[in-house]
Amino acid sequence: MKYDVIVVGAGITGAAVARELSRYRLDVLLLEREAEPAFGVSKSNSGIIHAGTQNPPASLKGWLCVEGNRLMREELAEDLGLNFVQCGQLVVAFEESDVKELEKIKADGEALGIRGMALVDRAWLDANEPNLGPEVKAALLVPSAGIISPYRFVYALVENAVRNGVQLKTSCRVTGITRIEKGGFYVEAGGQVHTARFLVNAAGLAADEVSAMAGAPTFKIHPRKGEEYLLDKKREHIANRIIFPLPSRTSKGILIIKTSDGNPMIGPTAHETEDKADLSTTDEGLAEVLAGARRMMPSIEKSDIIAYFAGLRPAAGKDFVIRHEDSAPGLVNAAGIQSPGLTAAPAIAAMVAGILKDHGLRLEPKAEFHRLRPKPAHLFQVTLAETRHLIEKNPAYGDIVCRCELVSAQEVRDAVKRGARTLDGVKFRTRAQAGRCHGGFCTTRIMKIMHEELGLAATEITKRGPGSELIKEERK
Amino acid sequence: MKERELVIVGGGPAGMAAALAARAAGVRDVLLLERDQHLGGILNQCIHPGFGLHHFKEELTGPEYADRFVRLVREDPAIEVSLRSFVVKLTGARELSFLRPGALEEVKARAVILATGCRERTREMIAIPGSRPAGVFPAGLAQKMVNIEGWIPGREAVIVGSGDIGLIMARRMALEGVRVKAVVEIQKTSRGLVRNVVQCLEDFGIPLYFQHRVSMIHGRDRVEKVAVVKVDDDFKDLPGTGFEIACDTVLVSVGLIPENELLEMAGGEINRRTNTPVAPAVNLTSVPGIFACGNACKVYDLADSVTKDSELAGRLAAEYLGAAA
Repeated sequence: MKYDVIVVGAGITGAAVARELSRYRLDVLLLEREAEPAFGVSKSNSGIIHAGTQNPPASLKGWLCVEGNRLMREELAEDLGLNFVQCGQLVVAFEESDVKELEKIKADGEALGIRGMALVDRAWLDANEPNLGPEVKAALLVPSAGIISPYRFVYALVENAVRNGVQLKTSCRVTGITRIEKGGFYVEAGGQVHTARFLVNAAGLAADEVSAMAGAPTFKIHPRKGEEYLLDKKREHIANRIIFPLPSRTSKGILIIKTSDGNPMIGPTAHETEDKADLSTTDEGLAEVLAGARRMMPSIEKSDIIAYFAGLRPAAGKDFVIRHEDSAPGLVNAAGIQSPGLTAAPAIAAMVAGILKDHGLRLEPKAEFHRLRPKPAHLFQVTLAETRHLIEKNPAYGDIVCRCELVSAQEVRDAVKRGARTLDGVKFRTRAQAGRCHGGFCTTRIMKIMHEELGLAATEITKRGPGSELIKEERK
Repeated sequence: MKERELVIVGGGPAGMAAALAARAAGVRDVLLLERDQHLGGILNQCIHPGFGLHHFKEELTGPEYADRFVRLVREDPAIEVSLRSFVVKLTGARELSFLRPGALEEVKARAVILATGCRERTREMIAIPGSRPAGVFPAGLAQKMVNIEGWIPGREAVIVGSGDIGLIMARRMALEGVRVKAVVEIQKTSRGLVRNVVQCLEDFGIPLYFQHRVSMIHGRDRVEKVAVVKVDDDFKDLPGTGFEIACDTVLVSVGLIPENELLEMAGGEINRRTNTPVAPAVNLTSVPGIFACGNACKVYDLADSVTKDSELAGRLAAEYLGAAA
């Protein structure tokens, strides 16, 4: 099939680009090498919708972050049924002498258009963030920051893009790209060859390889690993905002992150690695994260930790790489999308669409673009009165599968109907298996529902795609 | 809101024993809530023998032991059993909300017994570093897979922790043809029963490494190997003692945690270290009229002891109801 645009990578960047392009009368193909969207870099994202502070004022990521933050608050949260919580952030200083650093962050932020920032003193912090430790002297309050579930953001964008005609192919790794002399590309993926006039490279960690394949070896991805540790939901209210220390040169530091699902998170570390597959956590990373978090909040204990993971930031230098590659006409790179990529994604998508237009793609709006995506029902997000209402409409909402996170059989079925094909896919969409028992009680039940909905044998059910099957043999 | 005399949360050995004892002591109305589709709780997946030696003076399997109580509960018309019923809310005034397929129910109980059992400590709680591949299971989940579903989780296994579930699963997996290559225990001795060390490991030639820990799990999609290292008396790694074991499965059996989230919701005091109710005596909680029994109260070695203490909880609730009447 011949497409107008092939987007490589269904992480947050590719998903946002696909959804943006689905507004127009275009044939768009979205390719993902993993079993499901969001299974690459995006799944390890912290879920912060950054305000846009701590970015250099002249950088690409600086203004894209501020614009993405605005789009989330003013449009996307509502349109896509996202559970966005504008909780605000604090950048805390440990020395009185650091207050001038906070003032500089404030001035830089104001230059980028961030509004409502204020310096707050210890008395304000005692009243509003009582768990901050005695070392914290003052802070910068930034009210426009918020939190979201990173994977549910990706799923919402992909679902809405597909609703608007984008074709999605998962488990479909790009293995070869050939430029067509008269313009366009042959893209070999998942054993098929697709043709496209334009190629958008949002391949995350593999973006340098994809760009080189298409004829533009113009940058290199240097993964930077981050370990994150999740705390028990019982500690949900240790912080009311996202808490940052004053940033260092390489990272924003160890944060205390409120999450939209209730579990506070601490992390991430920031260490360069050459291994694009290194998702291991370490004893050292745990110690570093605990020390950093406890400096801000000493009451955080190691025993509060219920889960941990590591992710790789696909860095390509300091800034994002978003450009048309003149050495490979038709190729638009959206690469090096490290923090604040999740926030910036909708703005990146609009920018990519603009670049495509500048290079000859006609953007003719569709007569009927379905802007809205219905919000999926999650018991853990609603009151008991609403739960009663849901159960009256559909008895299976009263059939609890995951006890730690309160997830019903209906939500698991819905997740599968919306595209979950793996246990992680179910977990990311519903939170089933994400709680303190780690699936000890619900895994077999979820596998049975997947069997009923998808016809998969138990031996075919995977954690995150081929090779990660859970069981080796079924005996009857 | 419907009023009930005694509501028991959990239909495992603890909840059933408490229900029967409360009835014997004069309680006229019992509502027994069980989240699963059967009574019996974890006993249903414990198909090994060793149950009932104290209570029945004969050796039974877990399901046989449970069945004796299930029959008695089912025969008593004053015990209403509600299956697939999951309690989502409990207040200090003993108002309960529970979900079941098709309904959200709310009841006010004059007394409540929490017999909610425990959950397993996980790999995450002991913070084993490494990757997060498929093939790492809490031992109890593996037990459920093998014994209830007939699903064999792997071919070559390493077991972390020598608690009873880990020991029993070592034997169970060996019997199913899985190569159990090691049980790795950080302590100097097993936390499990001596009979289980002998019958489950020694009889099957499964090596048990004391004072060792799994220091890393390797594998991208599925477990490929684990790193093991010897530790000193302060649990610090001893340099130069590390080695690796190739395996596709890691079972984690590093202890149990009483499930007392409902008691916490009701304002009951919880010991943060053990997750057990803070109370002057067994089966009591800090909230009047709310009792706890079985593994929710403290982690027991034997189901027989759960039965014995849970019967006491039933009598205590009856006494409380008599005093309140």
